[in-house]
Amino acid sequence: MTDLQMTRPLFSVRDLEKRYGARIGCTGVSFDLYPGEVMGIVGESGSGKSTLLGCLAGHMAPDAGTIAYDGRDVLAMSEPERRRMARTDWAFVHQNPRDGLRLSVSAGGNVGERLMAVGGRNYGKIRDTATDWLGRVEIAADRIDDRPSAFSGGMQQRLQIARNLVTGPRLVFMDEPTGGLDVSVQARLLDLIRGLVRRMGLSAIVVTHDLAVVRLLADRLMVMKGGRVIEAGLTDQVLDDPQHAYTQLLVSSVLQV
Amino acid sequence: MTDQAYNFAYLDEDTKRMIRRAILKGVAIPGYQVPFASREMPMPYGWGTGGVQVTAACLTPEDTLKVIDQGADDTTNAVSIRRFFQRTADVAVTEHTRDATLIQTRHRIPEEPLTEDQIMVFQVPIPEPLRFLEPRETETRKMHELSDYGLMHVKLYEDIAKNGHIATAYDYPVMVEEHYVMSPSPIPRFDNPKLDRSPALMLFGAGREQRIYALPPYTKVRSLDFEDHPFEASKADHACDLCGAEDSYLDEVIVDDAGGRMFVCSDTDHCAGRRAAGHVGRLGAGTEDVK
Amino acid sequence: MYVAVKGGERAIDAAHDWLARERRGAPELAEIGNDQIAGQLKLATDRVMAEGSLYDRDLAALAIRQARGDLIEAIFLIRAYRTTLPRFGHSVPVETAAMACIRRISATFKDAPGGQILGPTFDYTHRLIDFALLAEGAVPPPRDPETMPHVTGFLGRDGLIEAADPDDTEPGDLTRTPLSLPADRALRLQALARADEGFILSLAYSTQRGYGRTHAFVGELRIGLVTVEMEIPELGLSIALGEVELTECETVNQFLGSKTEPAQFTRGYGLVLGQSERKAIAMSLVDRALRWKELGEDFTGAPAQDEEFVLSHCDNIQATGFLEHIKLPHYVDFQSELELIRRIRAEALKQGTADTTEPEDRA
Repeated sequence: MTDLQMTRPLFSVRDLEKRYGARIGCTGVSFDLYPGEVMGIVGESGSGKSTLLGCLAGHMAPDAGTIAYDGRDVLAMSEPERRRMARTDWAFVHQNPRDGLRLSVSAGGNVGERLMAVGGRNYGKIRDTATDWLGRVEIAADRIDDRPSAFSGGMQQRLQIARNLVTGPRLVFMDEPTGGLDVSVQARLLDLIRGLVRRMGLSAIVVTHDLAVVRLLADRLMVMKGGRVIEAGLTDQVLDDPQHAYTQLLVSSVLQV
Repeated sequence: MTDQAYNFAYLDEDTKRMIRRAILKGVAIPGYQVPFASREMPMPYGWGTGGVQVTAACLTPEDTLKVIDQGADDTTNAVSIRRFFQRTADVAVTEHTRDATLIQTRHRIPEEPLTEDQIMVFQVPIPEPLRFLEPRETETRKMHELSDYGLMHVKLYEDIAKNGHIATAYDYPVMVEEHYVMSPSPIPRFDNPKLDRSPALMLFGAGREQRIYALPPYTKVRSLDFEDHPFEASKADHACDLCGAEDSYLDEVIVDDAGGRMFVCSDTDHCAGRRAAGHVGRLGAGTEDVK
Repeated sequence: MYVAVKGGERAIDAAHDWLARERRGAPELAEIGNDQIAGQLKLATDRVMAEGSLYDRDLAALAIRQARGDLIEAIFLIRAYRTTLPRFGHSVPVETAAMACIRRISATFKDAPGGQILGPTFDYTHRLIDFALLAEGAVPPPRDPETMPHVTGFLGRDGLIEAADPDDTEPGDLTRTPLSLPADRALRLQALARADEGFILSLAYSTQRGYGRTHAFVGELRIGLVTVEMEIPELGLSIALGEVELTECETVNQFLGSKTEPAQFTRGYGLVLGQSERKAIAMSLVDRALRWKELGEDFTGAPAQDEEFVLSHCDNIQATGFLEHIKLPHYVDFQSELELIRRIRAEALKQGTADTTEPEDRA
């Protein structure tokens, strides 16, 4: 971790706030994310973690605060710049794969879309890359021309991950990536994600209500309640020795992994 | 004889000015779809109201007009539109491509190369090349704005994955000056290469969808494809049975109850010109009298 | 023998002659008169005025006659004529509170100042064919119209319904500016007022069945004459141009409220040229469904909530033109598809992968 601290942060957030009228979505959120680091954001529903992720990923505009990516002010970017970044440097894995996939397009087309969006114009190469990526997410190569609507939930989620990672992004946002899956499927998917994140040296921000997910994936952790970060630190530290009463409650209410 | 109740070429001058502004904007931004306040014309939407309005805005009394539909001057809708302008503008009309100063067309580009002195007006049913991939206008406009065309290539990718070919035979999307993806209107893809660097001004009018777009002379127009699946301007593998032409786009005609076929030039002026010059196809001799 | 290419001119002339004969019908019967259509088929005439968006009863009747009773064709004739007319400006908003009503009902209050007037309605007729119509019958004498206040005004006085403040912004004009989305409410109402009655009816019905439910009550439905006035800047006053008959429907819908704002009913509005309460009610339901965003409701994916869907498909002249254009020749595009499909099949057969399973539908 000390090596990471020496380098410049990849992603810096300061005093972020989002309100819905008089109600607070999230407020006073500040953190740095270093290259290769995975940040977990946990909290129960309504804690503001999804609002925060939405603001970070550019899906909604915060009311106050700053976000810098690789030294650039994200909120000041023009829409074309932001979209270009969203399909090259960034990736977003939705909780429901149906939100992140084109269900009427074949698995190969789903994986190939980002390649084509950034100028890929060789059918054979696109197909080879797609085949390679299906392998990496443990989908058989002969399913390349099948539509994801025929896939199981776990396969759809793995396909979504392949579709997102194919262009080699540096920062991945994940919204409850294992939500809605069977426990056995969850474990396999988590293993897969961990392997990919480590091998590709990805930075990631993972939002979840599931402490097992952060235990396995995240280097650091932020605990949210009522729109505020109430505790932050190294994952093991926070989970093994929670300081805040709410975190203690959260940790004690789940089975340890 | 013009119909005195209406202005020259039917539309009032203010409307024509509005349309000309849209055309000029289109010429200035090749391939960009310019919204315009399409008028309700005395012919149905989808039957060429966009083309008719563009033609009306461009016509001068000195023009010579040619109207074709499916390549032919005598298909009913071409006749109807030509008569409309004879009645409302009293302009000279012709069936000869080379004599025309303005050609309104539906679904074809004439075989004879066009010149700098000519304007082509295309009737366009759906101007948005992304429409069947993304039905929302609000979203497709954004995709054009950002040149976000990954989805367009996904469609081509899916075609090849499924059929081994890009399964778009007409209205084959083109990239204009490496910026905007544009619908060339439902011309067969055989005609696509005629758009590239054409000396003639190409104008596209979509009345129902309220859009005008343009290709100024000598604009670079590239049909979308993959490096390893290049675009092909294909046609039926036959020669014209009337004039023997091997390089013109062909109509297939069923000629008897047994399903017998013949292939003839879809461009009737081109075919007639070749026959007048003495070219004879497989069945050409017996058909002189049916012209 | 190959004759298809030539003959278009003669075919069109012959078709026009034939049409003229058919329009006249059996020559031994008297020709139907314009005033008969306008007077005795008034509701058909009103629909042509409303969707043609031109208030001219005689012209609408003539169009119906020319169109052989095909109302969409008649609307088309009116639209094509309307577009050639010069525009002087726009009128002052008509004062429907001052309407001389021939019909006025409320489904929200049993009685209100002015009372309920059933007027000339089919509502409580038994839908039995009236064979007596085959013979001439005597008709009861007409009744004088009355003016009366708006029912929703009483709700508004107590703050029970959202305010509908006057707005002096000059409304856009769909026929002069291309529709751009999102559209404001004025533009949406304009589009709905000339939209196809059947389309709007079905959409409104779908909201009642749960696709974008708005819990509408007919606060008031009224039909009658209003005066159309226009401001003449040169004169510094407004002058009356004449009277038009309108049908107006105001619905009272599910209420909204929050901690800061007390609950209020919301409004849906319909206004149609001539007499068409089916259209006016349907319009007010669709108007209300389309307002989900400004009222802070959820988009449930219902067609009636989808502004782009509704506005892009509600015009029957656009729809019928595009629908029917597929009967025009498409030799060229069809030929290009034919050529391609033959090629793909030939290659597949050559490769011996000649399984003729159904190809998947295209994305």
